[in-house]
Amino acid sequence: MTRLARGLGRLATAAVAAAVLAAVDGSGAEPPAVIAISAHRFEFSPAEVTLERGTPVILRLSSQDVTHGFYSRPLGLDELIEPGQVLEVPLTPKDAGRYTVICDHFCGAGHGGMKMTVTVR
Amino acid sequence: MIIDRRNFLRITGLSLGAGALYRVAPALASDGPAGQLARAQAKANGEAVTPFSFVQLSDTHVGFSGPPNPTGTAAFERAVAMVNRLDPPPDLILFTGDLTHDSQAPGVPATRMRRFREIAADLRVTEHHLVPGEHDAGLDGGALYREHFGETSHAFDHKGVHFIGLDNVSRARPEVGPAQLAWLRQDLARFPRTAPIVLFTHRPLFDLKPEWEWFTRDGAEVMKLLEPFENVTVLYGHIHREDTHQVGAVRHLAARSLVFAFPDPAQVVDKKPLAFEPERPFRQLGLRVVHAGPGPAPRAATVACDEIELTLREHSGTEGFAQLLRPTSLAPGDPP
Repeated sequence: MTRLARGLGRLATAAVAAAVLAAVDGSGAEPPAVIAISAHRFEFSPAEVTLERGTPVILRLSSQDVTHGFYSRPLGLDELIEPGQVLEVPLTPKDAGRYTVICDHFCGAGHGGMKMTVTVR
Repeated sequence: MIIDRRNFLRITGLSLGAGALYRVAPALASDGPAGQLARAQAKANGEAVTPFSFVQLSDTHVGFSGPPNPTGTAAFERAVAMVNRLDPPPDLILFTGDLTHDSQAPGVPATRMRRFREIAADLRVTEHHLVPGEHDAGLDGGALYREHFGETSHAFDHKGVHFIGLDNVSRARPEVGPAQLAWLRQDLARFPRTAPIVLFTHRPLFDLKPEWEWFTRDGAEVMKLLEPFENVTVLYGHIHREDTHQVGAVRHLAARSLVFAFPDPAQVVDKKPLAFEPERPFRQLGLRVVHAGPGPAPRAATVACDEIELTLREHSGTEGFAQLLRPTSLAPGDPP
């Protein structure tokens, strides 16, 4: 089998897989990846995530202790994470860069340093 | 005598810099053009500005203990001693929040507030006006602060200047909130646009560095309410460093902290306190003295500032208060 034929074969496989996924969710698009982010005094976990520019994701936010904020103006993020609740926030980053997300709901003495980094490639 | 605006601005221009208000102020009491304008301004405002000075202290963080400052309340106590040596003494002391460092341990926040009050009680000047910082009021909506210090926002008049203490911390997020905005709107309604206004609060009311939480979410709404007023100075803390920022006719002045300093956000990425220097324990900590003319400003020579690097901000302070001398809405030649 030539390299071209193998390439066409992989493309066909990918196309079939995409068609199956489209048939499953009915939208014709792959569902966005879900990224779980947990907040607790005075950290976000993970402290850094990397996203692809233009690729939608769902941020699944939760708090392990008290109410936290989740704020980044350039990314359009402005949420309150209440303990005991799970918040799903869709995000499609438009521009590459490194963004700081802060807790903007005062949560105690270490609040001023509670942040995470979102890198968009 | 009729004075034109260009001539007046030349006078205030001279006021920027060393000894500025000191130089301009006597003219306000004279029969000269500046005095004529001062009288016109007093007539418009209902009360003349009479000489006084006040001190702003900020971010004392009583109870804080850590590598950025192992000396605890030493800088605060030294600042109290310095203020007590000011001659003439200031009329007022403004505290712009983070009086105490918060703690989740039962009873500790109240103990720290009592300790703050003990140190502040050593000030010979007894008229103190306070607003909370997030470390004082961010966890309980300001309940404990109110027990110790009264309402988290208030307004008062002093010698022709209207002071407004605004709370942008007790809603846990950096915001003033609709109820306080309504209160502010009502408070300002009785003043003419020439009224001298000093607003003091904890966080900056403009976007200084949002990713360091150096902003107020609805700060623009506050400033919109103040927009009609020509003589507005905003004093704040929170950022633990000096900063001067001009937006339109409003000058925003940040005080230094009395516990540790933050770096210039334009120079570093991470918000980390500057390292403690044992040989210079009070470097970049200090107080700001603002003088409202007319009349001579307190002389730096009366303050021993060899140990604390004193922010004797007569100069930037008078820049702020130079706005009091900008009667842009008083037509040239208005009758005194």
